[in-house]
Amino acid sequence: MDLSTTNFIGDLVREYSPYSWVASIVNGVIAIVAIMAVGVGPSPMLIWWERKVAAFTQARLGPMRVGPWGLLQTVCDVIKLLFKELITPHGADKLLFFLAPALPLTGSFLVLAVIPWDHNLQVANPGMGVPFIIAVSSLGILGTLLAGWSSNNKFSLLGALRCGAQMISYEVSLSLIMLFVVLMSGSADVREIVLSQQGNVTDWWIIKAPFLGIAAFVMYMISATAELNRGPFDMSEAEQELTAGFHTEYSSTAFAMFFLAEYINMVATSALASVFFLGGFLPFAFPDFGFAPIVGVVASINGALAILPGFFWMAGKILFLITLFMFFRWTYPRPRVDQLMSLEWKFLLPANLILLGLGAVFIAFGLILP
Amino acid sequence: MAAPVILDTYFKRTVLGALGLLKGMSVTLGYFFRPSRILTEQYPENRKTLKLHPAFRGEVIMPHDENGDHKCTGCTLCEKACPNATISVLNTKNIAGKKVLGKYIYRIDQCTLCGLCIEACPFDAIHMGNGFEHARTQRDGFDLILNKKEGRG
Repeated sequence: MDLSTTNFIGDLVREYSPYSWVASIVNGVIAIVAIMAVGVGPSPMLIWWERKVAAFTQARLGPMRVGPWGLLQTVCDVIKLLFKELITPHGADKLLFFLAPALPLTGSFLVLAVIPWDHNLQVANPGMGVPFIIAVSSLGILGTLLAGWSSNNKFSLLGALRCGAQMISYEVSLSLIMLFVVLMSGSADVREIVLSQQGNVTDWWIIKAPFLGIAAFVMYMISATAELNRGPFDMSEAEQELTAGFHTEYSSTAFAMFFLAEYINMVATSALASVFFLGGFLPFAFPDFGFAPIVGVVASINGALAILPGFFWMAGKILFLITLFMFFRWTYPRPRVDQLMSLEWKFLLPANLILLGLGAVFIAFGLILP
Repeated sequence: MAAPVILDTYFKRTVLGALGLLKGMSVTLGYFFRPSRILTEQYPENRKTLKLHPAFRGEVIMPHDENGDHKCTGCTLCEKACPNATISVLNTKNIAGKKVLGKYIYRIDQCTLCGLCIEACPFDAIHMGNGFEHARTQRDGFDLILNKKEGRG
């Protein structure tokens, strides 16, 4: 069985189930449970890790009391949050008010569904994976705007408008960077994008496209930080300066869902960055540059690294990128809203258009590294 | 002539801004990878080995030398310097009929640790100590008597 092409679990279920509809249901349930586990499972750990990163960058220790090194602190926080009262504001549009927290979560789960975690670990692989990702990630904006609109609170509405403007603006440059990667790899299929980076580190798009790759990666990280509404671009919440923004009126589980969506979104965005620029599930491999004395050593080291399964590499790359996002949040001061907008429309958008044009020129003249 | 100037400042600001961001990251990363710089104390666990900053103001203390003597003459300058009547110096007379310190009463529940008494003392008899565990079960426990024996040693 060729592991790189078969749908391992799906085919197994199809083989042993009597009817095709049984296989469809079983596969669907497995897919949903897997996405939920991948999305929700690491979130408490990420919240703990975020608090630890925040503490260590500020010469503090962070949570230390509950469990070893405060590992169970998030569990306590979640239990506290779930037992709080779910308040509906007077005059709120109840249907939209409780629909809104579900939308960002749905969007991030749909993005997680098309991410390849290993050679045969992918829930769905649409041929137009990248446009699908661009489409479904807009659900987060809809949820934010609905949350502000249905709260019957003018400050929530203002926060939602601010947040929506920010997310829509940065989605433009995020989509352009995704198009750049599609242009480079010649495919909009997420899996094909990963497989186009096979080889060693110099075959990852961050290096393979000379200069453009690293510029695209940096701009992706900036746009993604703004798209995720995380610091330093968290004007939609701005805990220290403003009221909470669009989720002012939310409490208990509804607030927990917004909070969860932020972390699942972070996992999804980091997974996409790793797929687009860092070789996805492909193992880390040192280049030997064709230098004769080190070819054997490098080959053996790379062989040892390749023993680790693909999802381990994927998880490692995601964790690295998430830690980078956390460092951004705890290092940089928050810009003003107009500065944020001018960064997008006056700097990132022209730069991305130039990047896209240069990418086409590089491909036309064969300047991509072999 | 305006366009090159604008372009010049545009690129200058871009490069300088990027360098500034990298500098910020280097500071936070420096803290992240040096756990020895962490300032947090795990207080109840490390009570035995707890080291406080020498300038930390926890309480007023009266140092005694190896013979159990202190430097206080009972001049009551500290009592007068105290803004909220924390200190009461009760004097007495020794056998020679000379006025000496009887009881140095320090009411720690009233003290704001401003340090004016220490500044007022001409004999360097009282200092600021590091002790900070001042919880008591009885209200009387807050009236401390700082001198161990009457009179000047």
